[in-house]
Amino acid sequence: MGQLIDAIVYAIPFLMSGLGMTLLVSLIVVALSLVIGVALGVGLIYGPLPLRWLIRLLTDCIRGIPILVLIFAVYYGLPPLGLNLSSFWAAILALTLFKTAQVIEYTRGAVSSIPRGQMEAAKSIGLIFTQRLRYVIFPQAVRRFLPPWLNGVTDAVKGSALVSLLGVVDLMQAINQVIGRTYEPMPLYILGALIYFAINYSLSSMSKVLERRYAYIKE
Amino acid sequence: MGYQLSFTQVWRNFYRMSDGLILSLELALISIAIGTLIGLTLAVLHVSSGRVVRTIISAYVEFIRNVPLLLLVYLVFYGLPTVVNIAYSATASFVVTLSLYAGAYLVEVFRSGLDAVPRGLLDAGKAMGLTPWQRLLCVRLPTMTRITLPALSNTFISLFKDTSIASVIAVPELTWGAQWINNRTFRIVEVYAVATVMYLVAGYVILLGLRMLERRFRVER
Amino acid sequence: MAVTPLLKIARLTKSFGTNQVLKSVDLDVDAGEVVTVVGPSGGGKTTLLRCVNFLEAYDGGSIKIDGREVGYVDNAGGRKRGEVDLAAMRAETGMVFQSFNLFPHLTAEQNVMLGLRQVRKKPLKEAQDIARHWLDRVGLSHKTKSLPSELSGGQQQRVGIARAVAMDPKILLLDEITSALDPELVNEVLDVVRQLANDGMTMLIVTHEIAFARDASHRIVFIADGVVSAQGTPENLMAEVAGNERLRNFLARFRSLKDPA
Repeated sequence: MGQLIDAIVYAIPFLMSGLGMTLLVSLIVVALSLVIGVALGVGLIYGPLPLRWLIRLLTDCIRGIPILVLIFAVYYGLPPLGLNLSSFWAAILALTLFKTAQVIEYTRGAVSSIPRGQMEAAKSIGLIFTQRLRYVIFPQAVRRFLPPWLNGVTDAVKGSALVSLLGVVDLMQAINQVIGRTYEPMPLYILGALIYFAINYSLSSMSKVLERRYAYIKE
Repeated sequence: MGYQLSFTQVWRNFYRMSDGLILSLELALISIAIGTLIGLTLAVLHVSSGRVVRTIISAYVEFIRNVPLLLLVYLVFYGLPTVVNIAYSATASFVVTLSLYAGAYLVEVFRSGLDAVPRGLLDAGKAMGLTPWQRLLCVRLPTMTRITLPALSNTFISLFKDTSIASVIAVPELTWGAQWINNRTFRIVEVYAVATVMYLVAGYVILLGLRMLERRFRVER
Repeated sequence: MAVTPLLKIARLTKSFGTNQVLKSVDLDVDAGEVVTVVGPSGGGKTTLLRCVNFLEAYDGGSIKIDGREVGYVDNAGGRKRGEVDLAAMRAETGMVFQSFNLFPHLTAEQNVMLGLRQVRKKPLKEAQDIARHWLDRVGLSHKTKSLPSELSGGQQQRVGIARAVAMDPKILLLDEITSALDPELVNEVLDVVRQLANDGMTMLIVTHEIAFARDASHRIVFIADGVVSAQGTPENLMAEVAGNERLRNFLARFRSLKDPA
């Protein structure tokens, strides 16, 4: 038992450092995917037909392959084509691509779930297109977008664990490294699992709170 | 930087990937089958039990859903044998992991499916004099099956993609096959291009097939 | 004697795909007139209304408000009006919808103010005063800060009316505004409409409420199969019944119209 406690105490600083990396990666991925994803999502809804097809195609391809394949494809596949990225940035690129496809879908869902009547009412009081978007559509779209998006952030955190396979020392890799030294796999896996759980569970709980808060927007 | 595309070495070893694809499909199939058993049982238990049981089930579901699959795979394969006296192959351990994973997601699917059974049908059952158990078997479950078919299809396709994680513990599925060829031939771009296409095509074919199946069982409204 | 009608609809046609909903509709509405359009479902009533503020693009014929063609620059099927032009025309017509279509993220007051601020460019204080005035007129002065989700159906529809009327439109378009309401809430809405009619608001109303049509309209128009089948004052319309089988069948469903007084 003492050995167990020793192992855990030994592990904590490494795990915390790994956690920091996990959070950093997740944060960058979430931020980038949010900006790019919403922009492309709006393009998907209001853009010209060729653009819509292109975005649709890319999104379907990205969502149709496993994240792991995406990560390996980016990490191993870009250098031969001339682009050399560190494992950190290759992982972030791959995860961002993955998450962006999700955000595009959230955006599309949020806007298209707004009843047609809203646009019509906005037209009927004489608002022009940009005004309709700004005062009627977007305020409602944001409130429909936030809960599922916040819930989806957990996918970024869970996906970040895969960067360990590229050698990036995140929480997952820290766990592996400590196990390699202390030979106490189970307690460390459980400990790591609990840390991931704590982060993601809080995120999804917040998402549920937001969902209830904004229920009025869905009539 | 001239990179010459050459697919010949990929085709020579293609069986690694095609066999891997089949294994991936098998893994997904077994996992969804076992996962359905787990999910359905727990869903039924959840709606008919007290607080304690419900909390335990929720704990299981929330744990699985909030922890990375990769960690779960390691935990089951490397961790469990150190505390429990079992020895299993990588493939077997992955099936266990993915089934538990599927089960957690399917509990939610079946719970909302059971809830979605129209009240009117249950009332009709009661009026006919069916016991709660009979109502469950003859009314709720059959109706729920049709309602949950779309969610089940989506889960199956997700599981199919999740099988790629098995490659980290050397289960010879599709992604592992791609890595195998890559390690021997260094034809990275070609290998992953082929793997990508295989996942996309397989996923699309499965999707079409499942949509056809859904249409057969469309719920009459 | 010939005063140009405020709203002049001539030979209006509209098809959805292969289904020609409006075959040739002629209809005039004078300033201050309340015209009610009735008829069987699918006959084209709502489509007609939605063409007047160009929510639907009509295929042929002409709709003119105060002499200006709605939706097209010269004639139907030609060049459509640009975004800014069209918005300005829509500001002159007010529409109240069957499903209310209130903006759920805005309070009742803000719903009414939005058009005043962004379209009429009124300063904040003035917009607020106008909004509060109209919410008071529809009997909701105590609910100005409420969100639509906190209001009953009847209250929401009254906000919808206030929102449309506050813009000071030339003509008010009412599209089956009580059809989605519980029966006990219908009267509070109809009372508001009656008041507006008495105050001289020009209105084109599509409704199933035949009794209301009879009491509050200057003229009733019966549209069936995409054309105006009969029209007249509520009293005159009864005379038309004898010669018009379609009208007779339609009215047969509404006992109240056949009841004397």
